[in-house]
Amino acid sequence: MGIRFILMVNKQGQTRLAQYYEWLTLEERRALEGEIVRKCLARTEQQCSFVEHRNYKIVYRRYASLFFLVGVDNDENELAILEFIHLLVETMDRHFGNVCELDIMFHLEKAHFMLEEMVMNGSVVETSKANILTPIQLMDKAS
Amino acid sequence: MGSQGGFYQSKEFLDLVKSIGEARSKAEEDRIVLNEIETLKRRISEPDIPKRKMKEYIIRLVYVEMLGHDASFGYIHAVKMTHDDSLLVKRTGYLAVTLFLNEDHDLIILIVNTIQKDLKSDNFLVVCAALNAVSKLINEETIPAVLPQVVELLAHPKEAVRKKAIMALHRFYQKSPSSVSHLVSNFRKRLCDNDPGVMGATLCPLFDLITRDVNSYKDLVISFVSILKQVVERRVPKAYDYHQMPAPFIQIKLLKILALLGSGDKQSSAKMYTVVGDIFRKCDSSSNIGNAILYECICCVSSIYPNPKLLESAADVISRFLKSDSHNLKYMGVDALGRLIKISPEIAEQHQLAVIDCLEDPDDTLKRKTFELLYKMTKSTNVEVIVDRMIDYMISINDNHYKTEIASRCVELAEQFAPSNRWFIQTMNKVFEHAGDLVNIKVAHNLMRLIAEGFGEDDDTADSQLRSSAVESYLCILGEPKLPSVFLQVICWVLGEYGTTDGKFSASYIIGKLCDVAEAYSNDETVKAYAVTALMKIHTFEIAAGRKVDMLPECQSLMEELLASHSTDLQQRAYELQAVIGLDAHAVACIMPSDASCEDIEVDKGLSFLNGYIQESIEKGAQPYIPESERSGMLNISNFRSQDHHEASSHGLRFEAYELPKPIVQSKIPPASLASTELVPVPEKMYPRESYQTTVPSVSSDAGPSELKLRLDGVQMKWGRPTFSPATSTSNSTISQKTVNGITQVDGASTANSRTRETYDSRKPQVEISPEKKKLAASLFGGSSKTEKRAATGHKISKSSSHMVEKSHVPKSSMEVASEKTPPVQQPLDLLDLGEPTVTSTVPSVDPFKQLEGLVDTTQVASAVNHGLTAAAKSPDIMALYSETPADGDLLSGVLNPSMTNMPGGTTTRQSMPRSKGPNPKDSLEKDALVRQMGVTPASQNPNLFKDLLG
Repeated sequence: MGIRFILMVNKQGQTRLAQYYEWLTLEERRALEGEIVRKCLARTEQQCSFVEHRNYKIVYRRYASLFFLVGVDNDENELAILEFIHLLVETMDRHFGNVCELDIMFHLEKAHFMLEEMVMNGSVVETSKANILTPIQLMDKAS
Repeated sequence: MGSQGGFYQSKEFLDLVKSIGEARSKAEEDRIVLNEIETLKRRISEPDIPKRKMKEYIIRLVYVEMLGHDASFGYIHAVKMTHDDSLLVKRTGYLAVTLFLNEDHDLIILIVNTIQKDLKSDNFLVVCAALNAVSKLINEETIPAVLPQVVELLAHPKEAVRKKAIMALHRFYQKSPSSVSHLVSNFRKRLCDNDPGVMGATLCPLFDLITRDVNSYKDLVISFVSILKQVVERRVPKAYDYHQMPAPFIQIKLLKILALLGSGDKQSSAKMYTVVGDIFRKCDSSSNIGNAILYECICCVSSIYPNPKLLESAADVISRFLKSDSHNLKYMGVDALGRLIKISPEIAEQHQLAVIDCLEDPDDTLKRKTFELLYKMTKSTNVEVIVDRMIDYMISINDNHYKTEIASRCVELAEQFAPSNRWFIQTMNKVFEHAGDLVNIKVAHNLMRLIAEGFGEDDDTADSQLRSSAVESYLCILGEPKLPSVFLQVICWVLGEYGTTDGKFSASYIIGKLCDVAEAYSNDETVKAYAVTALMKIHTFEIAAGRKVDMLPECQSLMEELLASHSTDLQQRAYELQAVIGLDAHAVACIMPSDASCEDIEVDKGLSFLNGYIQESIEKGAQPYIPESERSGMLNISNFRSQDHHEASSHGLRFEAYELPKPIVQSKIPPASLASTELVPVPEKMYPRESYQTTVPSVSSDAGPSELKLRLDGVQMKWGRPTFSPATSTSNSTISQKTVNGITQVDGASTANSRTRETYDSRKPQVEISPEKKKLAASLFGGSSKTEKRAATGHKISKSSSHMVEKSHVPKSSMEVASEKTPPVQQPLDLLDLGEPTVTSTVPSVDPFKQLEGLVDTTQVASAVNHGLTAAAKSPDIMALYSETPADGDLLSGVLNPSMTNMPGGTTTRQSMPRSKGPNPKDSLEKDALVRQMGVTPASQNPNLFKDLLG
């Protein structure tokens, strides 16, 4: 299954985007997010970008004030996931232009649309920025 | 571009986002959201809401749920929105629905109809939106409703649609493999799709299929290899490049698949060697993504049939990873090493110091990974060091999940490799003491069995020594304040059984201790029950030995308490104890024979001793017994319950849906006829697959190397579950073999000890490496293949001394490399390596975030500042832009938020920051201005909101 969830959380621990690829109840999500964020925030820049949590492995990367956290299965290539996060940020940057936390907040649905293009069933399915963004641009034009 | 286009939202929405963004605490955020819920509840059910407004409401609902509150009151509106004509509104509706609902939600049924309609749409974006929803919302029961349409879409002219259709089918396969088992050939077909995106997506379902059934896909090895080759040779469109690497994510997926296909298969593996070797040679090892691919290559190489050349390349990459300053690479290196040592155990040795550094690193993640590696390389020569380390770590952590894992690993290793019984008992004591409530109860039972059975049948003195040492250590441990229940059970049992055996401790002393246990853990009935039974044993052994026992007052009061216990079990045990104490020595010895826990108790299942009684009764006219099988329609009370149990499953109401008519049978024929074309071979059915799986292990054990871990010293597991022992499938009953194992075991251990002593004596302290570390290295890695060789040749001293020479050589070289590596400062995550020419040209390799990363390292700050200054000199216009706008100050304050204020070399660093901001500062300034117009001011509340993520 690979990717189990993708979270964007800021330095204060506030969730800015959450996408789960397996069903968790609201309470479970809340608890999970709290635990994970606490763990990741406590780490220094020098330490690994990977943290084990229960049955997940969390791969995370920080951009300015925003943490991107990806929960994966144990047999996932952590470095590749780390680069997947960067690809996501680059893609958002191309779309929004100097993407910042506020862009994601104001355009939550767009950020989700991008993820929908990139990841399905917990697997990375598209990595070409053009292919990811074309549907969104077409939609913008249409409306 | 998106930013200016996207601010259609109402003031209300902007205010909401702003207030959420500026919330300082979770409580404040909760208050805002609760408020929002009230507003939405009121508004959302008003009539005639314009759809743009409705879309906004739905996004606000998404916010509500994302921040942890229930928004179920609005779900139905999200469902309704999926009917909308406007694409954007419809897709937002689908998005919300997929975020809100799980696949078994009642509302799904309302969406299926819409999805069906949308799948037929002429607009491919509508189809895509529907397919997204399909892969998240369709459950097993609704698959048939959309399946035909999804299959049709596999041939859609638009590649985006084909890709999503494939993934929808993949989803169906994950949900219910049987529902699409007749369609798996489609995955093979799509592998040949002209569009690399569709091909790449198809690898996901194929990976799953191959994981489950390797043998049916061996024919695809050539295709996968040739695709990989084309990717590596850059024959995929440039759009898939990432940081100058051609389609890296596809490469990784392919390598994963090849690893599966080549595992234990020499022929298939041979076809892969060239392309994997090419990647090793060509891959850019300076970028993260290049290293990700190299890591995947190592995984592949260690999974397929070994090839010396590739193993060499893999070892080179691993040593580079381990020597790197980046913790991420070290982590990958340790993981990769763990994979490779299964095939070539000797490579661990050259990395011993690096591994020990990782083990002692404060970074928990790295430490755990290293423990995993040690676990994989444990053998009888280093088990003591490794398990001791593990236990120390286990004691130091709080995370129960990991504690359980590491405890069970300790137990497993101890059972498998323990050099002596004493050590084994002590190790188990520590594990139980600190993680007793977390380990499996079976482990406790194993321990009891070991103490009871001993290990050498011929060696009774050793057994009794083992028991005495166990008793002694337990009496000692009982002094500890709080012990886990499982451990106490073991202690009580052992004290009861062997507490007085060697005569070292008096019965009354043991009885007193047991009473203390029962009293101290009075809430734990299981422990109490164990304690009472132990008391009974002690008393009876005394009586049987002809000694008179007086019941101690504390024992007396305990009994009184238990005789009135609410637990019938405890009551019964207490009454039994009371009754047994009153009997004479002979009767007591029959009831409770000493040290008889290992005796087999014969159970006469036929109850033949009652035959006489039955005969008598029948003669008196009683009904003869009719076996259950011969009875029919008779209501037999005693049987009733069990029967009832059976019936429930077979005759109860059936709740599951009727089986779907499976097209497998018909469709099996067409693919079969196609099979000759070999593009689309028939998928295997269930039962042949099973038989394949059973054959696989034997193949892999033939292949040998993958099993090496177990074989290393020919060590069999002496204790614990017999299933784990590799060679003792028959040895369970054969005593002699066990003994032999035991002896070789002890021998190995003592030689190991003497060896470590030797190394310790002859060792001359190396320049920089602390002697402790070296000692640890020697004890961890010292064994390896050399121990075996020595055992074979018998040239003990010469071998080990030559070994020493080698060893002293290794640290030196690694030190040299380390010193070479220090001057170029560690390369942090390449945040800015955007791979786009515009970016690299405007911004010289520096960005605020990177600088922050390097701040710990003062030398780097200086250099970074220099860079920043040159950057500033190069682009004065950007500077001007910034000085004109008020945003400048805000951005600075953003940079200077609390957690970052501790930066050394303050002002210069700060000045250089705004200049190095993003590729197009104009954009962000416009954005700032726009946001301001909308009434959102980047207040000091949360300045980070405005900070460019990419710097």
